[in-house]
Amino acid sequence: MSDTIRGKIFVVRDNIDTDQIIPAHHLTLVPTIPEEYAKLGSYALSGLPDSYRERFVPEGRTTSPYRIIVAGRNFGCGSSREHAPISLGAAGAKAVVAESFARIFFRNCIATGELYPLDTPTRLCDDLTTGMEAELDLDANRLTVPGLGRTYDLAPLGDARQVIDHGGLFAHARKTGMIQASADHTP
Amino acid sequence: MSMTLTEKILARASGRPSVKAGDNVWVQADILMTHDVCGPGTIGIFQHEFGRDAKVFDPARVVLTPDHYIFTADAKCLRNIDVCREFARAQKLPHFYDPADETYSGVCHLTLPQKGHCRPGEVMFGTDSHTCTHGAFGLFATGIGNTDAAFILGTGKLLIKIPASMKFVLDGRLPPGVMAKDIILRIIGDIGVDGATYRAMEFTGDGIPCLTMEDRMTICNMAIEAGAKNGIIAADAVTEAYVRQRTAQPYTVFASDPGASYLSVHRYDLAKLVPVVALPHSPDNVKPAAACGDCRLDRAYIGSCTGGKISDFTAAARLLDGRRVAIETCLVPATVEVARQLETETVHGQSLLDIFRAAGCLPPAPPSCAACLGGPADTFGRLNGAEVCISTTNRNFPGRMGSKRSSVILASPCTVAASAITGRITDPREMIA
Repeated sequence: MSDTIRGKIFVVRDNIDTDQIIPAHHLTLVPTIPEEYAKLGSYALSGLPDSYRERFVPEGRTTSPYRIIVAGRNFGCGSSREHAPISLGAAGAKAVVAESFARIFFRNCIATGELYPLDTPTRLCDDLTTGMEAELDLDANRLTVPGLGRTYDLAPLGDARQVIDHGGLFAHARKTGMIQASADHTP
Repeated sequence: MSMTLTEKILARASGRPSVKAGDNVWVQADILMTHDVCGPGTIGIFQHEFGRDAKVFDPARVVLTPDHYIFTADAKCLRNIDVCREFARAQKLPHFYDPADETYSGVCHLTLPQKGHCRPGEVMFGTDSHTCTHGAFGLFATGIGNTDAAFILGTGKLLIKIPASMKFVLDGRLPPGVMAKDIILRIIGDIGVDGATYRAMEFTGDGIPCLTMEDRMTICNMAIEAGAKNGIIAADAVTEAYVRQRTAQPYTVFASDPGASYLSVHRYDLAKLVPVVALPHSPDNVKPAAACGDCRLDRAYIGSCTGGKISDFTAAARLLDGRRVAIETCLVPATVEVARQLETETVHGQSLLDIFRAAGCLPPAPPSCAACLGGPADTFGRLNGAEVCISTTNRNFPGRMGSKRSSVILASPCTVAASAITGRITDPREMIA
C-alpha cells in the first residue's frame, strides 16, 4: 500500500451526518453486489445541502475527482450504515481528514478498509477550500498543501492503519493468520 | 475494583473478573439484530467470508426484523426483504419477523423488547445506530456496521473498547406536559451532538423509578444523537415486571458499584424541565417550545422507534381529544402491537383511533420506520418538498425525512400534538388545564 495519497481535496463543515453522505433512499443498494457498490459511489455526499456549490461526484459522473475529504467536527454522525464509508470509497476517495469523527463511522472505515479516517487538531475546514491539491503522508502523519506552503500534523492511526492497508477487518485477519481462509472463500 | 454498570456487563461478556474504560476486549454477543437495510449486506459479507454453506454462530441469538422499507413498490426494497427471508429459512432462524405473514412486527427497536429479546445484563449488537435504545433494560446495546455484524454472525464475538461512562443524575418527577423526550433533548442540547462520543451515557437518580420502560427507551434511544456508544439504565422492579411478561429466559441484573469511576456527572431536576424542540438542522439546536411560537408548520408526524410507542400515542391523544388538527398529521405506530393498541387503548372512554379520526389526523399507516429516514419516493409521510415538519422522531439533519429542502423539528408527542392543533410550534402546557 502506498504511503502517500495525492490529489484534490473536498471541504465540508461540522456534523456531516450519514444521511448527507448517502441519503436513505439509496440504502436499497446492497454494497456486496458489485454494480450496486459502484452505484453507491455515484451518490456519495449527494445529501449535502445546495449551499455546497461543488458536487463531490459531478453530474453525469460515477466517480469523484476528489481523493481527500477535509471536514470539521463529528464527521459521519448519525446512522450505523456501512454504506457511508463504502459510498465515499466507491467514489474514489482514499481518506477523510477531520477534527473529530463519530464513533460508528470511524469503526466502519476500518472494518471495510474503504478509507483512512484521520484526526487532526487543526480546524482545516477553515484553512482549506475545495479543489486545492494536497499530499497525505500516512507514514509521517502529515497533510501538505503545496499551494499554501503549509503542512498539518495528523494523529497516528496506530494499529488501524494496517487493517485499512490490508483492505479491512476480514482481509487483515486472513493476512495476519488470525482466521483461516475457508474453502469457499474467493477473495 | 469498582466498576460501572457498563463495565460489569462487558466484564461478564468477556469472561474477565474486571475491565476498565479503555480496555480492548473480545465480548460474546447475546443478541445480534439486523434488518432489511443492512441485513442483505451483512449476509453478503458473511457468505463471502465464511462460505456459502456456513452456519450462523447461534440461530436463537440472531434477530432478523425487516422494518425500514416495507410498504413500498420499490423493487430493490422488496428484493432485500426476500434476501432476509431466504437467509432466515436456510439458517432456520427462529426470530424472523416476516412482513409477508402474521409474524411481522415492525420497527426493530420496539420489536426487540416486545418479543422478549431485551434481557438485563446481556450484550446486544445491531446494524442500526438506535440499537442503544435497549440499554433501557440494563443491558449493553450498541450499533455496528455490516462488516462487524458479519463477523459476529460467523463467530458470535466482537472486539470492542470499553467506553468511559458519563453519569446523568435525573432527580424528581416530570411536570404535566413534559415528557422523556424533553429530558433527552435537553441533555443533547447541553452537551452537543458529539458531547458523548465514544462514551457510555448512564442515567440514574431518584426520578428513574417513576419513568416507565417506554420513557426509558426514549431516553436511551437518543444517546447516539450525542455520539454515545451506549445509553444505559440499571434494571429495577419496573424493568423486571416488563421483561418477565415477555420472556421466561434467565437474566442477570447488574448495578454500578458505589466507587465506580465516571468521566463527568450531570444533574437534572426533572421538575424544572420544560417542553423543548430541536430546531433544524441538528438535534442539539434545542430551544424551549414556548419561545418558538412564530414558527409555522406544514405537517406533524408521530412515529418511529423514538416516538411511535403506545405511550407516545396516548400522550398525543389526551391533547387531541375534542380538538382538531390545523395541519396534515401523520401517525405511524412502530409495531403491529401498537397498531392494535390504538384500537383498544382509551382516553375518556374513546379509543385512540376514534380520537385521532375525530381530530382530523390521517388514518394511521401500517407499522414500519416510514418517513423517519425519508426512504423511497412512495414512503408514507415522506417530505417531498420544502415542508416544515414537527416530528416525534430522532434526527433533523438536512434531508433526513426526504427532500433536502424540507425542515424537521424534533419534539415530544405532547408538543407535536399541541403544535398540530395550532399549526405552529406550541408549548403543550398551554392546553393542559
